[in-house]
Amino acid sequence: MARLPVRKTYKLFIGGEFPRSESGRTYEAEGQNVARASRKDARDAVKAARGAQPGWAAATAYNRGQVLYRLAEMMEARAGDLAAVSSGKKEVETAIDRVVWYAGWADKLAQVIGSSNPVAGPYFNFSVPEPTGVVAIVAPDEPALGGLISRVLPALVGGNAVVALASEAKPLAAIELAEAIATSDLPGGVVNFLTGHRDELAPILAGHMDVNALDVTGADGQTPELERLAADNVKRIVHGEPDEQSLWAIASFLELKTVWHPVGQ
Amino acid sequence: MPSGLGVSTREIPPPRGDTMTSMAELERTHKPSTPALTAWEYAPAPEAREIVTLQDRYGIFVGGEFVEPRSSEWFPSLSPSSEETLAEVAQAGEEDVDAAVTAARSAFENGWSSLAPSERAKYLYRIARLIQERSRELAVLESLDGGKPIRESRDVDLPLAAAHFFYYAGWADKLEYAFPDRRPKPLGVAGQIIPWNFPLLMLAWKIAPALASGNTVVLKPAETTPLTALLFADICRQAELPGGVVNIVTGDGRAGAALVKHPDVDKIAFTGSTEVGKAIQRELAGTGTKLTLELGGKAANIIFDDAALDGAVEGIVNGIYFNQGHVCCAGSRLLVQESIYEQTIAKLKRRLETLRLGDPLDKNTDIGAINSKLQLEKITELVEAGKEEGAEIYQPPCRLPEKGYWFAPTVFTNVAQSYRIAQEEIFGPVLSVLTFRTPEEAVEKANNTPYGLSAGVWTEKGSRILWMAQQLRAGVVWANTFNRFDPSSPFGGYKESGFGREGGRHGLEPYLRFEGASEPWGG
Repeated sequence: MARLPVRKTYKLFIGGEFPRSESGRTYEAEGQNVARASRKDARDAVKAARGAQPGWAAATAYNRGQVLYRLAEMMEARAGDLAAVSSGKKEVETAIDRVVWYAGWADKLAQVIGSSNPVAGPYFNFSVPEPTGVVAIVAPDEPALGGLISRVLPALVGGNAVVALASEAKPLAAIELAEAIATSDLPGGVVNFLTGHRDELAPILAGHMDVNALDVTGADGQTPELERLAADNVKRIVHGEPDEQSLWAIASFLELKTVWHPVGQ
Repeated sequence: MPSGLGVSTREIPPPRGDTMTSMAELERTHKPSTPALTAWEYAPAPEAREIVTLQDRYGIFVGGEFVEPRSSEWFPSLSPSSEETLAEVAQAGEEDVDAAVTAARSAFENGWSSLAPSERAKYLYRIARLIQERSRELAVLESLDGGKPIRESRDVDLPLAAAHFFYYAGWADKLEYAFPDRRPKPLGVAGQIIPWNFPLLMLAWKIAPALASGNTVVLKPAETTPLTALLFADICRQAELPGGVVNIVTGDGRAGAALVKHPDVDKIAFTGSTEVGKAIQRELAGTGTKLTLELGGKAANIIFDDAALDGAVEGIVNGIYFNQGHVCCAGSRLLVQESIYEQTIAKLKRRLETLRLGDPLDKNTDIGAINSKLQLEKITELVEAGKEEGAEIYQPPCRLPEKGYWFAPTVFTNVAQSYRIAQEEIFGPVLSVLTFRTPEEAVEKANNTPYGLSAGVWTEKGSRILWMAQQLRAGVVWANTFNRFDPSSPFGGYKESGFGREGGRHGLEPYLRFEGASEPWGG
């Protein structure tokens, strides 16, 4: 008699842990019961992200690059699992290569995005990119895995912490990816995944006063409502591509800080 | 004529805690007794205002000419130092804004966007030169219309306005170097709404990068300070800028709202209050209109015990009393390390006594008029709140002119972080002093605000400067200096101080779209 396989329980990913929704709710997607996160779960995720963000941003750029490269290693090891929750092997390979591509930007982006500014006076003046803080991402449905990577990685590499709302129809890729993240040396809370109903959860993130930027790439018709809510604390709005690989995607999650100092003897 | 705060005679300061009105009354009637100490009195040194010739009335500037507003509404632009009407200007209505946007669209499509970038550059160079040539006239008008001291409009606003055009002129034909492989293209019509604190300089910050990027613009100057923008229209004429490339619609918030709501505007750039900025962001939600916001601030100016204190005191004064404190990045919260608190405050008070408040056109004036009656009321209200909440107020002995809108330079000590004067943007010459013990505490207090526009750090320790600069959540950090600006230096806020940068290469991006695709799937 064939062995009965042990099934996985698909839960949320908050603060480096895999809790069920505090509401006790689930919904069915892709043939699985998936946690249906609540307002409280969303707030917990933002809190975890806020707590983890300063440490992640303070890590050296070299270190951030290595941790993200480690994520690619962990994804490679789980390539089969990831293929099962995406369009297949090719999407997984592209996603892994994309993680490597972004990892390499960690210690280079300041040189390309920053500047030294020749002001008309005896001052040394330079501009450096810094993370905006906590980024909420409404992930696109397609590509299930590639879309997550395309949105989450550019936010991460610059030192932000992320709360991503997984695709409502295709949430499994997020949880599989979370398992790779959990073993990648990325500090707990730097990436958090919520699964559940987009109509219910996206407005909570958009209106949350401790979220600095909102990526509406996967928001579809909900975009105007989310952007209106985001204005309450002047969130940066990012309209990305579901499937892109770009330095400018990184830049959209960054602030620019300019420092002046007199020059003299 | 200016009434010196630190006139030759050392007067007995009035009792503390009076309301401004009563203190002003007291000062107006106060006859100094025989001076104990005499020194040379400053003679008035007013800049001649005859250099400015104003019309009685200005319409809106659309398609290269002044036209009567279809709204048929007019309002006066007052001089805040004398309350005299300088000219009447149009209150643009929706139809007027629509006409301006139509003219801008037409100019964009019929020539400006297809003009060789090197030719576009030359128009901007011409404008820069014309501003330099007419800088005296513009400076006098700026001080008349806005109330700021001529020393500032002459030495700061005008040179920087010209420099902005000169700087961005050079970018016009080099955009592909600023954004390699991205194929930058202009957006089309930019709607720009600017504040009253640096009227011509904010115009330059907005118009120069927009035109350099190949856009046409509709600019709405602030209701209380429209005149230098209207004189700029004459500079556009002299530069032979094609009609419709720059359009100027005057009026209050209704005109701004009409511009924001106009469906044919591709980009809105707004500088002003956080409250209005949020309303604009809500209004544009889901429209795809590009938006940049440069909003309020409540900057911390942080003085460590090893700072060069005399220089730091100058920085404190420049930080909060420059332009009557009508500066979004003003150093309105002073954070002093506890060990040097007493001596810093003593030096600061002594320095305040030497500031001269009065006629904005007098070259000796340090502090001019408050920009408007409305703003004076706002400042007064917040200062009253500070006193009621328990802070201790200090104002140097000071005669306020009879006419016009004035507010004496003010320092609040014993301020708790929760007080309104420590939380809210006052936008006036009012400093709130707090203390700290450790660098960590300074950072925590400095960042404890929804704003994040600027910050100041004063210390002789280099490693501490760089650490502080990293920790402060602000778009501009001035170390051992304050309130410096330059066209090559990006400026803009974190958090609720807005998004987008003005100045530098980064200041071009808000006015461009990019046809270059991001790297394709698979890199």
